[in-house]
Amino acid sequence: MSSKMQSSNNIAQARRTVQQLRVEANLERIKVSKASADLMHYCSEHAKYDPLLMGIPASENPFKDKKPCTIL
Amino acid sequence: RDACAEPHQLSKGETIHTLKTESETLKAKLEEERAKLHDVELHQVAEKIEALGQFVMKTRRTLKGHGNKVLCMDWCRDKRRIVSSSQDGKVIVWDAYTTNKEHAVTMPCTWVMACAYAPSGCAVACGGLDNKCSVYPLSLDKNENLAAKKKSVAMHTNYLSSCSFTNSDMQILTSSGDGTCALWDVESGQLLQSFHGHSADVLSLNLAPSETGNTFVSGGCDKKANVWDMRSGQNVQSFETHESDINCVKYYPSGDAFATGSDDATCRLYDLRADREVAIYSKESIIFGASSVDFSLSGRLLFAGYNDYTINVWDVLKGTRVAILFGHENRVSTVRVSPDGTAFCSGSWDSTLRIWA
Repeated sequence: MSSKMQSSNNIAQARRTVQQLRVEANLERIKVSKASADLMHYCSEHAKYDPLLMGIPASENPFKDKKPCTIL
Repeated sequence: RDACAEPHQLSKGETIHTLKTESETLKAKLEEERAKLHDVELHQVAEKIEALGQFVMKTRRTLKGHGNKVLCMDWCRDKRRIVSSSQDGKVIVWDAYTTNKEHAVTMPCTWVMACAYAPSGCAVACGGLDNKCSVYPLSLDKNENLAAKKKSVAMHTNYLSSCSFTNSDMQILTSSGDGTCALWDVESGQLLQSFHGHSADVLSLNLAPSETGNTFVSGGCDKKANVWDMRSGQNVQSFETHESDINCVKYYPSGDAFATGSDDATCRLYDLRADREVAIYSKESIIFGASSVDFSLSGRLLFAGYNDYTINVWDVLKGTRVAILFGHENRVSTVRVSPDGTAFCSGSWDSTLRIWA
């Protein structure tokens, strides 16, 4: 590669980096406290529908083996 | 390619030096903006919620049949079928309830690192060292030769590391050792969009939950996790806090965050609206890389498979480990929660898959 092409590639690369950084710098952000509250809210709203979290009885989980009934 | 498209002449006053200076200034500004909003840690906010109790999770099924390392697996939307792929080129479809094998195909390449189930349940996609992603329609006739109906969809210039159907059987998203991700039309094999921005192998990708729009996240050997707009191909956000390769990326179920697993032995949580890392899941005793992660349905639990053969279960909000699961006899390479959240499946270099509940 000629040194002229090399420096053109470097310019193009540097421009791309600057353009990318401009996009990222313009993002609207929220505080971690707000983001955390929202994550926690989602968890608590959905917790009751989460079988691995709540544990569900063997009779309702197709992967858990059902215990045989014993006749008393 | 891009160097030819852009003018080689510099704008007035612009030099490689001014561009680099602007680049440094923008990076510093980004750090400053992110830091301003860093008013608290997630685990501090989570102190007020109840700690989780003891977890008892056991292997409920063991799927044996691969002759070699299991590299990838995916659940069918019917919550019972699974597709898995291995180092020796085999792709197997299982009924996880009964452990029966329903289909098997041998790929013409070894190291099938990626496999995915189509949303309809009627096809599977896979690929690896062949640099391609191929789709196999699954027929009801179990004796049918699956390989005969194979359709080549994606072509990369290096190995296929991950693949995923979008919301339909019509499009597939791929990531590759060639440093790119790409979106393909299954029917025509046409490239619809390519995603450039990683500076090394891309190892994993995950689509945002459908309610949150057309984005996906990717992670790779450049230690970066990038969020992409699927329509424009634009890299909209980038995160670089890991100290080594990112092996796996997975969205939090709300779509507002994603988790990563890395060779630096940590898993991390990044919030998209705060635009920063908000949690790190690590312990001094965990020194082997995390290969694969997935969330439970509510997002409260993070299941992570490691190269030390274990699976660690993390409390996502408090940042603590709530369980450690033993059973595999070699590296855990893949972990995925079932679509209805009743179980999760792990695949390992010990050539087995296990269903845990």
